[in-house]
This record gives sequence, C-alpha cells and structure tokens, in this order.
Amino acid sequence: MNKHISPRLNRRAFVIGTAAVGAGLAIGLDIPFGGPAVVRAADGSPEIGAWVVVRPDDTVVIRIARSEMGQGSLTGLAQLVAEELECDWTKVTTEYPTPGQSVARKRVWGDFSTGGSRGIRSSQDYVRKGGATARVMLIQAAADAWKVPASECTAANSVITHAPSGRTTTYGKVAEAAAKLTPPADVKLKDPKDWKLIGKGVKRLDTVDKTTGAMIYGVDVKLPGMLNAAIKDCPVFGGKLKSFDEAKIAGMKGVKKVVKVGDTAVAVVADTWWHAKTALEALPIVWDEGDNAKVSSESIAKWLAEGLADAQPAYVGNKNGDAKAAIAGAAKKVEAIYSYPYQNHATMEPMNATALYTADKCEVWCGTQNGEAAFAAVLEASGLPAEKCDVHKVMLGGGFGRRGQTDYVRQAVMIAKQMPGTPVKLLWSREEDMAHGRYHPITQCKMTGAFDANNNLIALHYRLSGQSILFSLRPEALQNGMDPVAFQGVAQSGDAAFGYSVPNLLVEHAMRNPHVPPGFWRGVNVNHNAIYMECFMDELAQAAGQDPLEFRRKLMGNHPKHLAVLNAVAEKIGWNTPAPQGVYRGIAQVMGYGSYVAGAAEISVTDGSKIKVHRIVASTDPGYVVNPAQVERQVAGSFVYGLSALFYGGCTVKDGKIEQSNFDTYNSMRINEMPKVETVMVPSGGFWGGVGEPTIGVAAPAVLNAYFAATGKRVRSVPLRDQNITFA
Amino acid sequence: MANLTINGKTLTLDVEPDTPLLWAIRENAGLTGTKYGCGIAQCGACTVHIDGVAMRSCGISVSEAEGKKITTIEGLASGDTLHKVQDAWIAQDVPQCGYCQSGMIMAVAALLNEKPKPTDADIDEAITNICRCGTFQQVREAIHTIASA
Repeated sequence: MNKHISPRLNRRAFVIGTAAVGAGLAIGLDIPFGGPAVVRAADGSPEIGAWVVVRPDDTVVIRIARSEMGQGSLTGLAQLVAEELECDWTKVTTEYPTPGQSVARKRVWGDFSTGGSRGIRSSQDYVRKGGATARVMLIQAAADAWKVPASECTAANSVITHAPSGRTTTYGKVAEAAAKLTPPADVKLKDPKDWKLIGKGVKRLDTVDKTTGAMIYGVDVKLPGMLNAAIKDCPVFGGKLKSFDEAKIAGMKGVKKVVKVGDTAVAVVADTWWHAKTALEALPIVWDEGDNAKVSSESIAKWLAEGLADAQPAYVGNKNGDAKAAIAGAAKKVEAIYSYPYQNHATMEPMNATALYTADKCEVWCGTQNGEAAFAAVLEASGLPAEKCDVHKVMLGGGFGRRGQTDYVRQAVMIAKQMPGTPVKLLWSREEDMAHGRYHPITQCKMTGAFDANNNLIALHYRLSGQSILFSLRPEALQNGMDPVAFQGVAQSGDAAFGYSVPNLLVEHAMRNPHVPPGFWRGVNVNHNAIYMECFMDELAQAAGQDPLEFRRKLMGNHPKHLAVLNAVAEKIGWNTPAPQGVYRGIAQVMGYGSYVAGAAEISVTDGSKIKVHRIVASTDPGYVVNPAQVERQVAGSFVYGLSALFYGGCTVKDGKIEQSNFDTYNSMRINEMPKVETVMVPSGGFWGGVGEPTIGVAAPAVLNAYFAATGKRVRSVPLRDQNITFA
Repeated sequence: MANLTINGKTLTLDVEPDTPLLWAIRENAGLTGTKYGCGIAQCGACTVHIDGVAMRSCGISVSEAEGKKITTIEGLASGDTLHKVQDAWIAQDVPQCGYCQSGMIMAVAALLNEKPKPTDADIDEAITNICRCGTFQQVREAIHTIASA
C-alpha cells in the first residue's frame, strides 16, 4: 500500500474561498525600474506570462481557464502547456484563475466556456504559445546571466543547458529574472512529430483527492457563518410564485428566513440544508401556473408531428439537387418517422452555488462550465460592477452541458442579496434538479429515401420538426431565424458535416419551440440526428437488399475521413466474419464536434425485448490525441451516457411539468449493463477535434441497428423503457 | 442530540434522531467526502460502512446508526496508508468527475472484504452505484487488478 501521495492538484485553487475569502491569484505587481511589471501569484512566485508560474523549487503552476468536470481536459491542457514549456512534468500543478481576474486583465486567459467538446480544441493554440513564451523567457534569463546567446542554450525537463560551456541551471533559479523580461512577440510551436508529452497517456492531475473524499465540489464549500438554502421554483416552466405561508414553518428547527427568489421561486434559509429542505417541504406555496399548465407530452408530440408536413415552413440546412422531384419520380421509396424525447442531464451533483453579498462586494463559489457566464450572472443579479464581483470555481460533480447555464448562480445571489454579509449555500434537491433541467431538445424526424430501378439511392429528404436550443439560449446566434446547431451531424460542412453523397438531398428543420427549456447536453443534436440518419441508413440498406456497411461505403467515396473510422470499427469488430451464435451486429458513423467517429455493437436479445450488449467497438479521429488514456475513458463513458439515454432517458410532460422526479423514475445504466468498449484511435492529424461528446452519437444507432438484425423489428423512438425493451 | 461513532471517534452531535445519517455526516460531523446524489437510496453516492457493511446513508436515520461503527471515505485509509481500493483507483485513474467515487470506493471495499476475488457476476450484483460519467469499465478493471494482486 502507498503512503498518501500529496495531491498534485493545487488545493489552493479549490479551497481558496474557504480559507481566505477574496484571495486572488495575483497579489501584487512589482514595477521594476525600466522594465515590465512582474505579476506574482498568491505565494509570491512570479508569472512567466499569464499561463505559467514558476516557484523557486522548480514547481510549475499552469493556469487552466476551462473547467474540469471529469472529461480530463485539465490534465490535457496542462500537457499542452508543458510540452512547449519543456518543464518537468512531475513538478506540474494547476490552478484556476478567476473570471474576475481575467476580465480585470483584459481577458488574458481567453474564453472560460467549457462545452461543445471545445476545452482543448479551441484553446490548444494559445495555451501552447503560453508554454512556449515562458520557455523562451526562461532560456533568455539564463543566457543573460551567463552572457551567452540564447540560441546556444536549450531547455528540457525544467533544466536549461549551455552546451558549449557545460553550464546548467533550473527554471526555478531563473524565474525571477525571466519574469522581468518582455515576452517575445511571437513564438514558434513544435512540429507535432517532435511532441514528447502530447500523445502520452499520462495520469490525471486530479485523481488523488477524488479517492479520499478531500476534493471540494460546490456542494462541499464551507464559509464562516454560512447558512444553507433549499429552493422550489414554479414546477410549470413560465409560471410564477403567487404566495407562500411563512407562518406555518416559523417555529421549525434551524429556519432563519424564507425568501422570494425572483418572480418564480421561494427558498428557505436555515442553519443546515436538511433543516432548510424539511421546512421547504412543509411550506404551503401557491403557484400561478399560467397557460403552460395545459401542455402535455401528447400535445407537444402532436404539434411536432404537424411540423413534419411539407406544407409547414422549415429552414433548409443542407441541400443539393432536387430531392422532392427525385422522390416523386423514383422507382421505389422508403419512409420512416423517428422521435427523440426530452432528457435531463442528471449530473451526480445537483445544481448548487454559494454566494456572499455585501454592499460593495459579491462573490460566488460554484462548479460552472463557463466561469465568465457565471461572472456575468453575478454582476447582473447583484447589481454590482465587475471590479466588485468574482466567481471562484470548484470541481464539478458532472456538467454534460447543464452547468453551462447560470440559473442556479443567479438564484444564489438573489438569496444572498436578501441576507447581506451572510454567506448562503443554495443546493437543489434531486427533485428540483429533475424539475428544472435545461433539457435535451425534443424532436421528430421524417425521412424519405428514393431509389432508381437499380437500387441506387438517388434522393433523401430529412425533415426535422422540433426544438431549437439557440432560439431559447442564444437567439442572437440564429441565422435569419435558422438554428445551424440543429443540423449537427447532417450539416453541409463544418465540424459536424454529413458523411454521405446523395445526388438529391434536402435537410430541413421545422422549428417548434415548446415551453420546456432546452439546453446543450452531452452530444445534444448529434445524438438524435445520428439515430435518425444512421437507423434510416439501415432501413435504406435493407430496402435495397444490401449489407448496411457496404451500402454506406458506396455513398462515402467523397468523405474519406468519415469512411476511415467506419472501416476501422468494421475491421475491429470483424464485420465480414460471422458473429458468435445468437449475437447480432449493428454499425453507425457520424461527425460531431470536429471529430469523425463510428461505432459497432454486438448484442443478443432474449424474449424479443431483453438486450445484452456484449461488445462495443468505437473509433475516433479527433485529428490529434493529447492523452490517449483519457480519450479511451471519454469514449467508454460516452457509451454509458448514450446507452443510458437510449434505454432509460426521457422526460415526459404532464400539466406543464416534468413528470420524472429522481433516479427511480429516470434511471441510469449500472455496471451490470456496461458492455466492454474497445476504442480505436485513428488520429489523422492536421486538425483538432473534440472528444468528450462525439461518440455518444453512434452509441444508440449501433445498438438499435443490431436490435433490428436480431429481431427484424425497427425501433423508432426513445427511450426503450417506454416500449418495454430493457437490458437483459 | 445523538452520539455517532464515525471513523473511530464518538461524536456528540446536535441533530434530530430522524435526520438521515448522510446529512448528520456532512453537516453536523463536517465530513463532506460522502455525497448527496438522490436522497432515496438509488444512486449510492452516499455509501458508507455501517459495522463493515456498505449502506446508503441517505436511507438510514441517525437513531438507527447510533451505537454502530460508521466508516466514511475519510476513514477508509489507515492513517497515512491508503486502502488498497484507493491505491488501485489512483493507479488506474478510475475517477472522472469523481463525485460518485466516494460511494463507489466504499461499495467496492465492502465487496472485496466479503469476496476477495469477486467474479464479474459478483461485481454486477454488488456494485449498483450510478456513475453518469461512465467509469464502469475502469471500476471493473481496477477490482480485478486488486483481486489478482
């Protein structure tokens, strides 16, 4: 057994608020005579550029702006910086700058948003430059001290060497001098073939505390004198709080205050959360539910189904030829309608945030996927200017897109504002979390495929009807009303491009936005688009009397990267060799979040309805692989998320409210249902794709296509739970 | 008031007897490694050992836990020496977000105590914790690694 390994993750970044409210990273600026300012970290160590702090003992602190929520990009981003920095990886630690500090320094750490599998792919260039900049400055400082040209010095493993004279020094020894130098205007990044750390499956930097209970999540934040709040928001979205009878709970133990939160919610503040929750449950509340109380899953389904009709308006997302004319004149046509429900993220840690408001300051401690959005929410809810606000990020107990939203941050501030000087931790119950998600959008899809007399696919009409995320969350990003994100996986080009060539193609979206609030969700639009397209591809192959893999291959000649990952899974699963007795295969491919992915499943089915998923093979081409061990975990994990969604996911609406309330009615896969996932990485280089989400897209269609192979039955709606199909 | 023996220490806590043990551990004893996930004994994030048996602390009242030996994730190591499950979790980089892992580790430690060499079927039966990140493959591998050590 090991001794306790000292946590590699810089604990200060996580307990910053619990130890010293308001402590920041940078505590001072040295203004040296005639040189640039030196920015110092809280312990006095100098910054060598914004991304790197070097301590005298050679410890390197790498700043991470994106959020770690399990996906491993904290470690991957540190690898990117360390690769260029040429530092000793065993002495690397990380810390989160706060959004307030970043804003005060003209957003020196760039975008904090951590979603869309962008953590690495959209910051890889400037964080590597951050590492390279620091290396150049450290080498220059050593060269200056030795009075030799910097070009004669090299750096490796935090040691700088001047080969001609045989002298060496370390980063820690020259850090002070380096910090006083003017950073180089431009730096050259390494050729990928020279990478030593990028591409290596090094261990995560945040594991130890996650095994001892020491890791601080939002739910664990403690501040001196802190109270706890439980909240209930109107269960009908869009409804309002009418009244509550505070007197009824006045004598309950621990209760300190009952507060209205905006127009829609009420919170009980108490000494402990258990007291707050118990009192909240006893509080009589009257809601003004409004017209949305008439909405049900049935009424939504009916409205979406109407949108499938050609006569209804729709946005065109991808088009070539004349699909409608080709279908009208075709020798044979195939039609099918699929649907996908609302789904909750169900992060293991329910939403929460801790806020401390005083007349001239407002600070929040929370897990967030977007520190800057949380910061903006604090400004807005507190009414204070940026220099008087900040957000201290802590570890997220899951994100999956949910913690990109800031509703819970806003609520915490609105509560704390009513109790100035007292820190208040707001924690949602699981029931509140289920009732107030930002759900995977609901859609239906009608697809029509047409063949010529020789069974060649000549036309495809793909008509979505349903919800737009951007309409609700970022209307400014709509393009003349159209939501481009709705076409993830079936788009003409970009980071989620369609992988088939069909001579006459029409992909369109009849936008219909029910009152249930949608949100980005792990994989989100790729998930349903991949089910629709890839299951329908199987239907088309069947209609043409062709093997599903061969049928696809014929349409993919102009899409070599899509084809390469499909071929990789086909080969690995042994598509051309018979499956074991009683075992059936399904296959699927899609592009999402900049990466090409494919999946193949081997399943058996008993009694026509009990599915055992024996084996999954998944391939991904994300361009570059920063940490293969983490990519493997993301791919395996994405099948848990994707298959949980397929088998169990699904939030239904009754009287305007979500009906599911906890894991008993919204189940998630367990270990006994977990298939063996074999990951095939085929990085082709030259681009940077995402990893956390794309493979979810192929999880469900691969299994559904295998289910058809096993039973001859097509399943066209999710979740399987509603059709009495279960895990064996 | 209640007397609870947690991680070898008997604590006198100002807590009502019907309070779920989970909240007494987190809020009254101040040990936050044990997590709240569902409150209805479904997800297993709050798993602790009661007299050596893995149990979901959200479903046990303080009065039921009095007089029993309660072990939380903070008490699993022996002094500075980590438990073999924690060691294996670190060696195999099991956690992703990590929120469910305290409960997962406690459940696995209890399983291995009872069955030092569990089969896949034993694991399937005993480990019913939810992990939304999807660490099951690494959990299973780590259990087998410990069992074969």
